[in-house]
Amino acid sequence: MMELVCPAGTPAALRAAVEAGAHAIYCGFADETNARNFPGLNFSREELAEGVAFAHARGAKVLVAINTFPRAGAEPLWHRALADAETAGADAVILADLGLLAHTAEHHPNLRRHLSVQAAAANPDAINLYAQAFGVRRVVLPRVLSVQEIAAINREIDVETEVFVFGGLCVMAEGRCSLSSYATGRSPNMNGVCSPASHVAYAEEGPELAARLGGFTIHRTPKGAPAPYPTLCKGCFTSAEQTGHIFEDPVSLDATQLIPALARAGVSALKIEGRQRSRAYVAQVVRSFRAAVEAQAAGQPLPESALARLTEGQAATTGAYAKTWR
Amino acid sequence: MDLTVGPNPFFWTAGAVRGFYAALARAPVARVVIGEWVCSKRLPFWQDEIPQAVETLQAAGKAVALSSLALITLKRERKLTADLAATGLAVEINDLTALHHIPEGTPFWVGPMVNVYNEGTLRWLAGRGATRICLPPELPLESVAVLAQAGREAGVSVEVWGHGRLPLAISGRCYHARLHDRAKDNCQFVCAEDPDGREVDTLDGQKFLVVNGVQTLSQSTASMALQIEALRDAGVAALRLSPQTGDFTGICRGYAAVLAGRKSGAELAAELAGQVPGGRLSDGFLSGPAGAHWSGAAAAG
Amino acid sequence: MQTAPPHTRPALPHLPWLLSRAAAPLPLAPVSVMLSALTRKLVQAHPAMLRRLGPHADRHVLIDPTDLPFALLMQPRTAQVRACRRNRLPAHDARIAGPLSAFLAMLHGAEDGDALFFSRDLTIEGDTEAVLALRNAIDDAELDLTETIATAAGPMGPGLRRALARAERISGLALHRMETTGDWP
Repeated sequence: MMELVCPAGTPAALRAAVEAGAHAIYCGFADETNARNFPGLNFSREELAEGVAFAHARGAKVLVAINTFPRAGAEPLWHRALADAETAGADAVILADLGLLAHTAEHHPNLRRHLSVQAAAANPDAINLYAQAFGVRRVVLPRVLSVQEIAAINREIDVETEVFVFGGLCVMAEGRCSLSSYATGRSPNMNGVCSPASHVAYAEEGPELAARLGGFTIHRTPKGAPAPYPTLCKGCFTSAEQTGHIFEDPVSLDATQLIPALARAGVSALKIEGRQRSRAYVAQVVRSFRAAVEAQAAGQPLPESALARLTEGQAATTGAYAKTWR
Repeated sequence: MDLTVGPNPFFWTAGAVRGFYAALARAPVARVVIGEWVCSKRLPFWQDEIPQAVETLQAAGKAVALSSLALITLKRERKLTADLAATGLAVEINDLTALHHIPEGTPFWVGPMVNVYNEGTLRWLAGRGATRICLPPELPLESVAVLAQAGREAGVSVEVWGHGRLPLAISGRCYHARLHDRAKDNCQFVCAEDPDGREVDTLDGQKFLVVNGVQTLSQSTASMALQIEALRDAGVAALRLSPQTGDFTGICRGYAAVLAGRKSGAELAAELAGQVPGGRLSDGFLSGPAGAHWSGAAAAG
Repeated sequence: MQTAPPHTRPALPHLPWLLSRAAAPLPLAPVSVMLSALTRKLVQAHPAMLRRLGPHADRHVLIDPTDLPFALLMQPRTAQVRACRRNRLPAHDARIAGPLSAFLAMLHGAEDGDALFFSRDLTIEGDTEAVLALRNAIDDAELDLTETIATAAGPMGPGLRRALARAERISGLALHRMETTGDWP
């Protein structure tokens, strides 16, 4: 069966994911070492140790994301996170930074290393480089690849691949985007945040709700229409005579129906996005996907996804997995 | 401190490329990186200009490196990347894929699309043969200073994005084609219509971004004109100037004059405001509250 | 691009008009005292909530259940809750507005906060970061109003528990914590 890798932003979400059938949970420490450094979210050292114990007792793994790029002059903060993840009994760490990968390979050789999507390793040459140089065992593929491309990659590499199947969709190559810091000064790579809430302002202006990020208007929605969070790349903008979602519509990824194709493409693990979401989201999405991977493994038809209302814009796309997305 | 001209992010005609590098040979810059780093589909239209440009630039005494693509997914693109390493010229990697093809120990340069945020990464790249690193544009001055110091210790020259619309993101999807309701595979090269990128404003008319094929850049042109002293104090070895239309060699001369003390940064900034596409400058990544911020705004009133 | 048809969940229940009207003349001072006492109990029982909130615990958040005749100004650090009329709203750092059922559903883990926001059942104004922190802290705490009230009621507890369960069935409001197995659709 394909491994189902599920998000947890809080200990409660971790328990919900395990009980809903997650094979593995990924989570991070409550600081800038992880790419979901949101207010009120993430794990203390004690919470991680308890979470690992809870998961292991029920046969699930815990993967710790330490996937921002350490700040120059402050690397010890990231190095401590690695050591503490190992102490807590993490089954793997998810890393993006070259220096941090080198440090882990040298100082924590027995700690399994996964390559974060933030490293944007999008072809066999790059993946093999990470595998050879740092002993990376699994690569989370960037969300810019089609299913055929994923299949071709798997034919040329010896490490496992993990792909996103549900949740928020980055339209840019991850780990290589500074749109957020251009508008707000805070970025995924440096601070673990994208379009941070601290820089979001909503204002009811006449019949519309305006959402601004760092002072830039990201969209205006009529009262009562679905309101996307002002994530910069999903905003509504104007170029010459055209107005619209120039980068991406406010939709999110749902690749449930592609699970058999992804299995044929050699993918080992399916990842659900959403460490910033609630335990209600986690439980519902995990249960739905657990049923889907079980159906796939048994060669049965996949259950219809009923998750649309949890998604942004309440609409879903298969994203780059279909080549026409480009 | 000296000047490096980065690879052109935009899709220009072969003739425009030829004229650009012929003029650049006379500009006061120490080195030039040339090559396609945004979209491999453009390359057939202008790659024949590269050998001549390299020859002209080298004859004018400039160091030259070839840039890799920033996002490499197709087999054809991997082949292109492997071919770069076989030319014998220095290669500037803008994706780690290129490193796979460069034998360990062979010197290479690192472009701004490779994530060098800390000393550990810089040292690892230096160990593989990196001799120059252009830092990601979003780094603040404190990080630049730490990395410039680490670079000196590791024998790596550290460069900073000095002028040009900021490369903020790269995608598998082509936004130019999307704006024309076309798929990337049938783009009909519409990005050629916008030689400095196509502007994207907010719904309230704020100037914000430009799209350039699969790349998204800032609408403002980043300029370190007012930051040159701070960067010199930090130990930065070079400023990177990114090509634009208009009098680019004149812009190069302007920066060279500030480096040589013949012109103040404020004078250069005042000149640049009339020379950059869109007429807006920014330097906020280095020391401001956000990348779009311009430290000269208060002074200019 | 493939776009799935939007699945819609059954609409969140709104308080019946009659009930809203019945609540209108309620004196606000006792409501404030009662809700402050309840909030204090919740915060004491879940100390991790304040830790998660960090500096956001000091923010004044206006909880505005649009089908009630009053809004609630809350500060997590002091566990103070003050009921106030809409024509005299006090200064606040952030405001969350929506039907009472949406707040209760989010509080009890029956609904995802983001989903409620995407669907516009809840709207946010002001300090978005404080609202997110509050939502995340509450989600982790796995609060259960029925249990808290019943426990506080001592010998009256079992009776209250039954009454609240009945109220939940009739009103459609989420009044107890959703378990991770079984309760969700």
